[in-house]
Amino acid sequence: MITFDAVTKRYADGTVAVDNLSLEAPTGEITVFVGPSGCGKTTSLRMINRMIDATEGRILLDGDPVQDIDPPKLRRGIGYVIQQAGLFPHKKIVDNVATVPLLLGWDRGKARSRAMELLERVGLDPAMGERYPFQLSGGQQQRVGVARALAADPPVLLMDEPFSAVDPIVRTSLQDELLRLQAELNKTIVFVTHDIDEAIKLGDRVAVLRVGGRLAQLADPKTLLSEPADDFVREFLGHDRGIRRLQFVGTEGLRLRTDLTVPAGFSGGSPEPWVLAVSDDGRPVGWLRGDGGGEPEPYGTFRPGRDSMRSALDAALLSPSGCAVAVGEDGKVAGVATREALDEALAEAADG
Amino acid sequence: MSWLSDFFGDPANWSGPDGIPARLLEHLEFSALALALAMLVAIPLGLLIGHTGRGGVIVVISANLARALPTLGLLVLFVLLLGTASILPVIIPLVLLAIPPILVNTFEGIRGVDPELRDAAYGMGLTGGQVLGRVLVPVALPLILLGLRLSAIQVVATTTVAAYTGLGGLGRFVIDGFATKDYASVVGGSVLIVLFALAVQLVFTLLQRTTVSPGVSRRVKVRQVASGRETT
Repeated sequence: MITFDAVTKRYADGTVAVDNLSLEAPTGEITVFVGPSGCGKTTSLRMINRMIDATEGRILLDGDPVQDIDPPKLRRGIGYVIQQAGLFPHKKIVDNVATVPLLLGWDRGKARSRAMELLERVGLDPAMGERYPFQLSGGQQQRVGVARALAADPPVLLMDEPFSAVDPIVRTSLQDELLRLQAELNKTIVFVTHDIDEAIKLGDRVAVLRVGGRLAQLADPKTLLSEPADDFVREFLGHDRGIRRLQFVGTEGLRLRTDLTVPAGFSGGSPEPWVLAVSDDGRPVGWLRGDGGGEPEPYGTFRPGRDSMRSALDAALLSPSGCAVAVGEDGKVAGVATREALDEALAEAADG
Repeated sequence: MSWLSDFFGDPANWSGPDGIPARLLEHLEFSALALALAMLVAIPLGLLIGHTGRGGVIVVISANLARALPTLGLLVLFVLLLGTASILPVIIPLVLLAIPPILVNTFEGIRGVDPELRDAAYGMGLTGGQVLGRVLVPVALPLILLGLRLSAIQVVATTTVAAYTGLGGLGRFVIDGFATKDYASVVGGSVLIVLFALAVQLVFTLLQRTTVSPGVSRRVKVRQVASGRETT
């Protein structure tokens, strides 16, 4: 656990970057610092590994004040990922990843095999280990950056806007990868971003900071969206707060109808306005009019219990029928959530 | 052309204290000594200033001095002051001449390393010395070597002029040749000087290729990894 105890950072010219910050980043969770530029989020992060020293207050790492630990020793026990990856250009990828294990005195063979294992873990071909950083794309370099931070298996990971310099598609895949890794590794992660969507996607807890380094709100993403503490937080959260909140509403309780499916060869005769054509192996084909006329129309799917209400609603909006197709893990149709079923679930979500 | 064969064909030119091997060795000795002394001063200083960011003024002054220093004047001055009994009067101006390019390029090389890289290095727990030795120097190496090469070439060229003061080196063939109207010696000496300068260039090119990481010089063939598992 990382504890900020009334931490202030004041520069010589009187500028206050972080103002009396007190919060906890619990063990095994992702705590996101988010806020506009100048809110002190990066400064706060960098005070944890003493890249910057606090002026007042204490930061505790599992109860021990970081101020009492020699910076190089402290940092070798904390993974650190930065925006441009910051890979050493003169070293091969494998040696980049092995940096901290080698600093800690591991033997070369062990450090390299650990590095190879980590490359695989972050979704890279271990053969890339023999390349140099300039031969990799930005997204690949960022993955290497994550692998490097994890190399010595530190309990704590600090990530300073690690995904903000890559394009949106790569960013999404890196975010998913991080969540997948975190599910396996359970690190204590402090993640800095200026992107509220990223904060909500990744954070177990989100700390919204305002300019001048004051904590505006610390809450889990769902609470943040439903109960913003003040106008600043509300404005920072931006539009679509209600819709976005739906991503924290589960779909396991959604009522599904199984009587709206027909075989792919369907030729009309249903009293329903729309029916779902299903192939022989149980996969959705498309929506057909109940009278059998026309070609199969597009459909949207969601996985009940795994996907959120937001996905279900999105699936419904993609279909002319207004219904969302529920599919299992195997891709086979499990049923159909009608507008009425969605409406009930939404009403429930709005209540609480 | 007959001058060349006269010069290089004369067996007398290949032996004795004023023969080609002896002069070549002298030239090498003066140049190498001057360069080594200059490195000893300029590299640590450049690393220190570049790494700490303090004392950049020294670099600026030294760079300006380098342009302003009349090397020949210095040579004559030191010879008048110290006589020609030792090689000091030649070495001192050569060292002074060699320091600025090494100092400026070392400083700029270290200072110019991407701040993100420095940040990452410290953030992973490297100590200040490790950041300098394991990250900044390897990354700045092309510039540091460039400084060395520029200095070496200047020193080699100026050592030629040093012969004017009565000391040895390949310049003696040219200067003595003019004095005695022995044009075979002038031409032959000039050719030797040119070859020597080219050899110096070659040495530094080889040094660059062997010491600079392919990741920095980007001299590496891009081989596609066979399995295309990675997409980002």
